[in-house]
Amino acid sequence: MSPIVRMILGRLALGLLSLVLVSLVIFMAVELLPGDIAQEVLGQSATPETVAAFRAELGLDQAAPIRYVHWLGGVLTGDLGNSLATGRDIGSMIVDRFGKTLFLAGYAAAISVPLAVTLGILAALYRNSIFDRIVNVATLSSISFPEYFVAYILILLLSINTPVFPSIADFGRDPSLGDMLYRTFLPAMTLVLVVTAHMMRMTRASIINLMAQPYIEMARLKGVGPARVILRHALPNALAPIINVVALNLAYLITGVVIVEVVFVYPGLGQLMVDSVAKRDITVVQGCCLVFAGIYILLNLLADVLSIATNPQLLHRK
Amino acid sequence: MADTLLSIRDLRLEGRAERGWVPILKGVDLDLKRGEVLGLIGESGAGKSTLGLAAMGYVRDGTRFAGGSVTFDGRDLLKLSPRERRRLRGNRIAYVAQSAAASFNPAHRLIDQYSEGPVIHGVMSKAQAEADARELYAKMRLPDPDRIGFRYPHQVSGGQLQRAMTAMAMASRPDLIVFDEPTTALDVTTQIEVLGAIRDIVAEFDTAAIYITHDLAVVAQMADRIKVIRHGEEVEEAPTREMLAAPREDYTRSLWAVREFRADPAPAPAPDEKPVLSVSHVTASYRTGPAVLQDVTFDIHPGRTLAVVGESGSGKSTAARVITGLLPPDGGEIRLGGEVLPPRLADRSREQLRRVQMIYQMADTALNPRQTLREIVGRPARFYRGLRGRDLDRDIRQLLEDVELDPDEFIDRYPGELSGGQKQRVGILRALAARPDVIICDEVTSALDQIVADGILRLLKRLQVEHGLSYMFITHDIATVRAIADHVVVMQNGHVVEQGPKAEMFAPPHAAYTDLLLSSVPEMDPDWLTRRRGEMRA
Repeated sequence: MSPIVRMILGRLALGLLSLVLVSLVIFMAVELLPGDIAQEVLGQSATPETVAAFRAELGLDQAAPIRYVHWLGGVLTGDLGNSLATGRDIGSMIVDRFGKTLFLAGYAAAISVPLAVTLGILAALYRNSIFDRIVNVATLSSISFPEYFVAYILILLLSINTPVFPSIADFGRDPSLGDMLYRTFLPAMTLVLVVTAHMMRMTRASIINLMAQPYIEMARLKGVGPARVILRHALPNALAPIINVVALNLAYLITGVVIVEVVFVYPGLGQLMVDSVAKRDITVVQGCCLVFAGIYILLNLLADVLSIATNPQLLHRK
Repeated sequence: MADTLLSIRDLRLEGRAERGWVPILKGVDLDLKRGEVLGLIGESGAGKSTLGLAAMGYVRDGTRFAGGSVTFDGRDLLKLSPRERRRLRGNRIAYVAQSAAASFNPAHRLIDQYSEGPVIHGVMSKAQAEADARELYAKMRLPDPDRIGFRYPHQVSGGQLQRAMTAMAMASRPDLIVFDEPTTALDVTTQIEVLGAIRDIVAEFDTAAIYITHDLAVVAQMADRIKVIRHGEEVEEAPTREMLAAPREDYTRSLWAVREFRADPAPAPAPDEKPVLSVSHVTASYRTGPAVLQDVTFDIHPGRTLAVVGESGSGKSTAARVITGLLPPDGGEIRLGGEVLPPRLADRSREQLRRVQMIYQMADTALNPRQTLREIVGRPARFYRGLRGRDLDRDIRQLLEDVELDPDEFIDRYPGELSGGQKQRVGILRALAARPDVIICDEVTSALDQIVADGILRLLKRLQVEHGLSYMFITHDIATVRAIADHVVVMQNGHVVEQGPKAEMFAPPHAAYTDLLLSSVPEMDPDWLTRRRGEMRA
């Protein structure tokens, strides 16, 4: 077995183990939520007997460890259980919402990743110039504002003062791609503004870090021009840290969208989770958390693998 | 002169310092004819690399041209546009750097880096350049020249990389190559091959060269003329044989003299004298991989210096790691003053730790840049000897005086405010502050200039006599062994090849490997390389 395959399998196993640990943490955290669904659904006037009967029906009367094992067993066989509030299958609920979240994250990533890497390379090429400073100040300010603030500013500017884009990102059944892109433009822009700075600054720093290397001086002494020095001699060696920060931000785009989805009333997974917390629909909350955790672990694994695949010293043994 | 290729006149260069710009080159002249090799010699900081790069119209970040001219083939490089200068570099003027391992881009194959220059300058197509590369790799006597280019730098040894870099510099058949200490980082047995290959190819293509080095014996083999540089100024210049036979300036003579230092050898240990440290039948390996030490046995006697000689990969530094407990051995044992040392560092008592101290090759990285000398030297004195307050202060001051650093001036300085030689003195102090019995010196003079290194060796010898210290001196440099050793251990591939008192080791008969090591050390005789290569072929 090649060392790379062995490494990937090893990391996957570790990832699964972390996921099990995370499921335990999620379960315990959700247990700590005050109140439960029986009280929430039946209201203030319910008698203790009806509440207890309702709990027994949902299986909530069992001890927490038994419920955890039961839940984990279901998860491992691909069954996330049913919603306590509606009785629907959580798996299918999540698949629908998750698709929407992925669409929004993909939209934002398709803009922000090329933008950030290009700006980072240009800032490194023209470092300490006016251009470099403007890019740095602009990206830094965008990252310094909380995302709901950025979101409301965009709504104010682009859908209230000059009504170009809708402030509610919901679309009906079977919209066209253009319509979807149009309706989710503002939430996507909000995410772009929030994640671009981090990736751009890491790209710039990783490249500049390498500029003092002897092989960069060697390239210059071979008569290589500044753009080629950066693209061909510095960038390939800076890929590992760039890939890692991109993966981190992609994970954030998927798991960190909760606030943006709420602001724009976008029916993604984050929105589902927030609603479920309000309803104390804990099985749904657990399912959402687990999906988010899985995405985080998977993207970080992908970053590790790519870092190795782009490093000849690890790829080609002596 | 019609055949003058390069003419530098009154070249002045400045570097950025804390208080404005300070001069680095103070008006240097240099002339080079086509096909001629000029040796540029001096200590580090003398400005010889700066001068070599200036010959390509290049300045490093933080330095700038302040005046003068660099005329290459009739054109003043300093008056050209950056684009015009780029067109000459890697085309008509090429550069060979000191560390080939650091100067090849780790992300690209050797042959792609070879063809980059000729292709961007439009000298050859990519296919032509690749065919040409194989030819030059063969001329540089690289193994498997047809395929070695398709390897990445980390897959090729240091000596091979250095030859591949020379081939790369030749790619566009330049008129001038600047060699910046191309063999300094290599083992002696590798150095001799690289020197030979460089000399042949430069002669074959009739390329002019500036050969920068701090090693006089090396420059004697390579150069037609030698120029000595100090503090950014020329000391003197003369044809090689003339300079070697009759240096005019005192400074040049002092460069010659440093190789002469010989410490008085301590008397041979009495037969019944107990060694202070003994390593017996030690075998060791790193977690993955084969044994790096195999059945290694040697003794260090009180007040004596044991030199462990070998090339990189011979296991000499691993031996130090085993003795200090950083690498528990797979077998064998280490005794300190008769008692067996626990193999693992964590199991050793503070007293056992105190008695064996270490000095490192790179004082730059071995000293914490955020600590003052008071903290660096005070820590072992406090930790091992429990000194506090006024006693501690007095001890630190005494130690600083011991190594000729004025306490009032230096005690609150940071390592960044010291010269290379001063840093190494602090490294010695830190070891000495524990009042050890044995100090392991790992290549402590390799990173220093010969004059500074000479000072460190003399200091170590004096401290040895004053404090009754025993040294284990790890080095690849035979001159250092000659200077300071009492007893010599020669290592190769994790084995002890030969050991004995210094006088015996330097007199024939030797083991074959010892012989190869000794005969590969360059001598000042300009005919040495030619003669030695003749002997090797025979």
